Amino acid sequence: MLRRTFLHSAAGLTGLAATVSPAMALVEININKGNVEPLPIAVTDFVAGGDLGQRITDVIAADLKRSGLFAPVNKQAFIEKISNPDQPPRFEDWKVINAQALVTGRVSQEGDGRLRAEFRLWDTFAGQQMTGQQFYTQPENWRRVAHIIADAIYERITGEKGYFDTRVVYVAESGPKNARKRQLAIMDQDGANARALTNSNEIVLTPRFSPSRQEITYMSFEGQQPRVYLLQLETGQREVVGNFPGMTFAPRFSPDGQRVIMSLQQDGNANIYTMDLRSRTTTRLTSTAAIDTGPSYSPDGARIVFESDRGGRQQLYVMGADGSGQNRISFGDGSYSTPVWSPRGDLIAFTKQSGGKFSIGVMKPDGSGERILTTGFHNEGPTWAPNGRVLMFFRQPAGAGGPQLFSIDLTGYNEQQIPTAGYASDPAWSPLLE
Amino acid sequence: MSRTEVPAAGRMQTLARNPAIIALFMGLALAGCANKKNMPNSAGELGLNNATPGSPQDFTVNVGDRIFFDTDSTSIRADAAATLDKQAQWLQKYPNYAITIEGHADERGTREYNLALGARRAASTKQYLSSRGIPASRMKTISYGKEKPVAVCDDISCWSQNRRAVTVLGGAGM
Repeated sequence: MLRRTFLHSAAGLTGLAATVSPAMALVEININKGNVEPLPIAVTDFVAGGDLGQRITDVIAADLKRSGLFAPVNKQAFIEKISNPDQPPRFEDWKVINAQALVTGRVSQEGDGRLRAEFRLWDTFAGQQMTGQQFYTQPENWRRVAHIIADAIYERITGEKGYFDTRVVYVAESGPKNARKRQLAIMDQDGANARALTNSNEIVLTPRFSPSRQEITYMSFEGQQPRVYLLQLETGQREVVGNFPGMTFAPRFSPDGQRVIMSLQQDGNANIYTMDLRSRTTTRLTSTAAIDTGPSYSPDGARIVFESDRGGRQQLYVMGADGSGQNRISFGDGSYSTPVWSPRGDLIAFTKQSGGKFSIGVMKPDGSGERILTTGFHNEGPTWAPNGRVLMFFRQPAGAGGPQLFSIDLTGYNEQQIPTAGYASDPAWSPLLE
Repeated sequence: MSRTEVPAAGRMQTLARNPAIIALFMGLALAGCANKKNMPNSAGELGLNNATPGSPQDFTVNVGDRIFFDTDSTSIRADAAATLDKQAQWLQKYPNYAITIEGHADERGTREYNLALGARRAASTKQYLSSRGIPASRMKTISYGKEKPVAVCDDISCWSQNRRAVTVLGGAGM
């Protein structure tokens, strides 16, 4: 299912002025400012034979809107109807409705059945094209094309990589709380194209992507033997990770994809191990009479953050990738768990329990600069968008209901629920697709 | 990436269930426990006490199959010790049963920590039963963390019922 697609892009389009030099662009968003005023952008229906042009632009507009950085202008307000995207638009018509940026485009079917999609991003007040690209792909990938175009727009205007052409693995939950059915599932980051990856009555938990996006590691109670597994997304093939004398849990991949790091439970203690997936050798990294779990590598693979109750309550610790130099980094009130290192390396996200509430927060790898992004009855398990600007997590209401997925900006603004068919928990964001 | 692949199907077979533990039905006409009226965690007071002595129902109803823990604690409380003492007596009387101790946590913790916390509760329960003469070879443990609550609500009394260790005759586990 995760079939690799080949999208050819061209930097410019023939017969039109090349992209304007960055210095001349008026449109930009400083996403480090916190609660930014969303940029008004007009996303026009791509010129097409059928309704595919409109469907693609709807996905683009929804991506941009959900980011909180853009405010797509209502199509009803449009004055100019774009009928030939090869011609520059009438900038006055867009300025007057305060659309500071304008997206135009076209989709068509090639003779070989492939879909051709092209778009241009215009700075209406500068009266110039900011970027223009075209793509070829199979028609069924039309949503991916839309996400890739949204990423290109996001990157051109914010200066940061986008995160729309990504997927999320999670646990789809159904049924009453005391007899909950759980399946691993995968969907696009906007909730579309959701499908189950497993279908059994065993408990499955904590799926996480490999850097290659081709496999996930997760925990399953299959055969009443709680252990860490690998699942190949393309083939559905599963295998147990290692042959440990006890429960293994809390798995994640190393940034190079060659190792799985996880906890091994023995009697009352959990310690952190890695298994090299090629040699199958295991290495023990922690050795305490405590619960050491939740390990997550720094993006350069040199360090590991994890949680431990060796000091009494759950706190965050950082150590070298070989287990050396284990230092506590969290010192606030309450307990800290589920640390996840940002793909940018600059922050660690966590769950914090304090005063009967569960919060999602971030801190620097040295423990300084703690910021809480959201607080409530129960928020748990953050995962980073690949650009390190957005977090997804799950929120469990009090009582008999079930969890749902939410995303929030690193700034603490723009909280959004991710639509899922039923209850959902344990989200893990993929790297950008290729 | 090259790696040794273990064929999924074959691997799953080796994961086949533990040898099934056959709970022997002990048809002995023994009298039930003498002081069952005072037992906590027992359904005996509800008039359900027609279980055949030595049966799994006898264990659940007249002995009590579960103990409870304080928040974020794995210590065996006094009331739990009383239950475990009875479990040990019963298990010594009926030595053909192997047991699995299931450790559980309430929902007020994060998932991975609660898996370890449930395992620690199962381990402390196992250790207590061991100190009362039950050989370790008869006992397995498994943790379900917060994934299998018995009580569903949103207050403290409810969460306290979910912080538990359940002794299951036979059962799975590692």
